[in-house]
Amino acid sequence: METSRRLFLRAAAAVSGAIAAACRGGAPQPQPQPSLLGAPVSRYGERAPFEKAARLLSQTTTPEEASSRTPLGEIEGMITPSSLHFERHHAGVPTLDPREHELVIHGLVERPLAFKVSDLRRLPSVSRIYFIECSGNSGPAWLGVASPSAQALHGLTSCSEWTGVPLSVLFEEAGIAPGGEWFVAEGADACRLSRSIPIAKAWDDALVVYAQNGEALRPEQGYPLRLLLPGWEGNANVKWLRRIKVVSEPYMTRDETSKYTDLMPDGRARQFTFLIEAKSTITRPSGGQTLGGPGFYEISGLAWSGLGRIARVEVSTDGGATWAEATLQEPVLPKAHTRFTCPWRWDGREAVLAARCTDETGYVQPTRAQLVAEHGINAAYHYNGIQGWRVQPDGTVVDAVL
Amino acid sequence: MFWLAAFAIQADGAQGPTYGLGRPVTPEEIRRLDISISPSGEGLPPGSGTGERGKAVFAAQCARCHGATGREGPEDVLVGGIGSLASANPQKTVGSYWPYATTLFDYVRRAMPFDRPGVLSADEVYSVVAYVLQLNGIVSASDVVDAETLPKIRMPNRDGFVPDERAVGKKKGG
Repeated sequence: METSRRLFLRAAAAVSGAIAAACRGGAPQPQPQPSLLGAPVSRYGERAPFEKAARLLSQTTTPEEASSRTPLGEIEGMITPSSLHFERHHAGVPTLDPREHELVIHGLVERPLAFKVSDLRRLPSVSRIYFIECSGNSGPAWLGVASPSAQALHGLTSCSEWTGVPLSVLFEEAGIAPGGEWFVAEGADACRLSRSIPIAKAWDDALVVYAQNGEALRPEQGYPLRLLLPGWEGNANVKWLRRIKVVSEPYMTRDETSKYTDLMPDGRARQFTFLIEAKSTITRPSGGQTLGGPGFYEISGLAWSGLGRIARVEVSTDGGATWAEATLQEPVLPKAHTRFTCPWRWDGREAVLAARCTDETGYVQPTRAQLVAEHGINAAYHYNGIQGWRVQPDGTVVDAVL
Repeated sequence: MFWLAAFAIQADGAQGPTYGLGRPVTPEEIRRLDISISPSGEGLPPGSGTGERGKAVFAAQCARCHGATGREGPEDVLVGGIGSLASANPQKTVGSYWPYATTLFDYVRRAMPFDRPGVLSADEVYSVVAYVLQLNGIVSASDVVDAETLPKIRMPNRDGFVPDERAVGKKKGG
């Protein structure tokens, strides 16, 4: 009551002041400047012309067999814009007509079936937010080589809302015959990329997706159909999915023998290392960015785990000597990027920023030393060690190679 | 509502089609589509080849990316490195790393040559597979590689793979 009376008195005083100014005559009248009309409505949106965030292309003479990386230091929140989702293609992006494209399910099934995209869109749908990470992500860290940016080092991970049909629904329609323990998924790209997947993943949470972030899949993400294996390495999430053969044993395709196997120091290699284990990285401040002098900054980054939800993220500003609890931004979803933040006041001296995450199973992101002790440095895939950024007194940020 | 209840009961019955969507596929269609080859050789087509015959195919189709002898690159090195995997400089080639010869046939047929996959005949694929194996000292130049013999070839690194057994980072006792 007291407050509203005070507000009224203040408003009354302002009105009488304005009247007094107008009576004096000399003060400029409030008058809007002439303005131009803005752009008209458009059929498909574009970002502001000032915004330049872009994928980083790998240096290669064969851009069809290459990757592009998400600009992690320039994206916000947990969702990666579809246009900035990382790419890894082995034989280019095919152009597939969704009216013609079919997914054939055969092998150890009772009823071999072909589903058109329109069939799949009629089936019970689910929309879920999942990250996809290439198991080759962060690979330079195995060798202890410094990378210029979060994008260059960790940019082979992205997170989208995916919409599609549970693979279990399709398998129930086809009827899995006795002995069906694996399935071979094949894409319609020029190299017909194929991977063997344990059938248990289909009964768990595998999807056949046709949409990403509310619209049809982007061509480079597998349009019109992609296999989505939540929490498992990107290569097994077969794009341009055209055929699934149910089999009793893995088929030992090139991408599960020659590639995507993890060499150990004793010369043997781990195979079928599908799982992406917990990992986090600070994206701001991160390599290539420059701080504009001492003072307040919010440290921000991403954490994710193929085993489930992120339970906690800790942040260090002294290279791992001490750790503080970061705030996890809701929602925290299983097998999805989780945004974390931590307030920080930079004193202008050198600081080494690092993040360490723990997932809901209790798995703690390892140090590089722990990883190297178990895997050596030639594993090539599945690097998830704690990584640091060195903030230098001039405000520039470089890879600390912890 | 009643229809939904009945529908749910039907969905509970294992392995029966619930939605009736999807087109039945004939065995003939599957024969045309199914290019997968198992490690036991299931799916290998008729035809055959030898290293002798594969040399010319390799020179015409493969050498540009993999080098004249499969060792020079610039793309994946195919030859050599046997025994190097436990060293500080492991070389992962067909000869040193690949556990199954069937994978080589499957991959060459589905994905090679890089810019025109699918142009090689079955005999050419068998021959170029035989030649790469010959360059690695796994078969001799006159050995016939076909659907019978290919799955029986024992690759040097056949026992070099173990299941995923990562341990670092796991909760103590977990």
